[in-house]
Amino acid sequence: MHTDLPLLFTFHFYLFGVLAVASALLFVTRKSPVSAALWLVNVMFCLAAEYVMLDAHFVGVVQILVYAGAIMVVFVFVVMLLNLGHPSETSDFRSKGTRLAAGAVALLLAAEVLTLMRQPWPQLASPDVPDNVVRPVAQTLFTEYLLAFEVTSVLLLVAIIGAVTLAKRGTQG
Amino acid sequence: MIGPALFFSACLFAIGVMGVLTRRNALILFMCVELMLNAVNLSFVALSKLHGVGGQVFVIFVMTVAAAEAAVGLAIVIAVFRHFRTVDLGALRLLRG
Repeated sequence: MHTDLPLLFTFHFYLFGVLAVASALLFVTRKSPVSAALWLVNVMFCLAAEYVMLDAHFVGVVQILVYAGAIMVVFVFVVMLLNLGHPSETSDFRSKGTRLAAGAVALLLAAEVLTLMRQPWPQLASPDVPDNVVRPVAQTLFTEYLLAFEVTSVLLLVAIIGAVTLAKRGTQG
Repeated sequence: MIGPALFFSACLFAIGVMGVLTRRNALILFMCVELMLNAVNLSFVALSKLHGVGGQVFVIFVMTVAAAEAAVGLAIVIAVFRHFRTVDLGALRLLRG
């Protein structure tokens, strides 16, 4: 499916991989938990792009919805609840160099979009892609792994009850 | 693309291990565990190109378990914070003689 533009595809694959690794390095070296969490969100977005390029479209969407959308929000919520973030680091504007770099990236992206808009779209995706990408996952999930899928719901219920009980006990004691 | 994906996965996992070993903030520790789970997910997806879609199904299960782990773990962090007034793991010395 990607044989039309192998160079562009390879470039973006490596780009998102390097971005993910760089964001992960920035994530473990940040002092403030809030900026650490935001860099981790960046890692997860890059990984979602990698999943899509590896023909795992459904996993990529679920990655953004569940990881970046739900789990990291819980993390940031707990950081705010415990008042751990440093306001001077999170609410202030960045330094001049960072703003210049952000502007350069914005210009680069705008140039890329303009270049892509000028050219006619190549036939990237064949029409049968959504069919043979998502359907096998659902078929395997709901036939071969059906028991594990059902047990997962019990696991989530236990986790909900456990989390509520643990978090509630602190207010009484 | 499987080789580079496995390489990136190994890098991300190593960074997560480094974070777990060097950081003492309990919240960041949990985030490092999430990063390690993500690295494993990446190799699952990459290898599912070779061995069928079972890898992608496993990624969905890993995400579910990660969500449960995050919920319970963060509740424990909240309980620890209410008791000790800190999330610095170096300050929890109940079991030290």
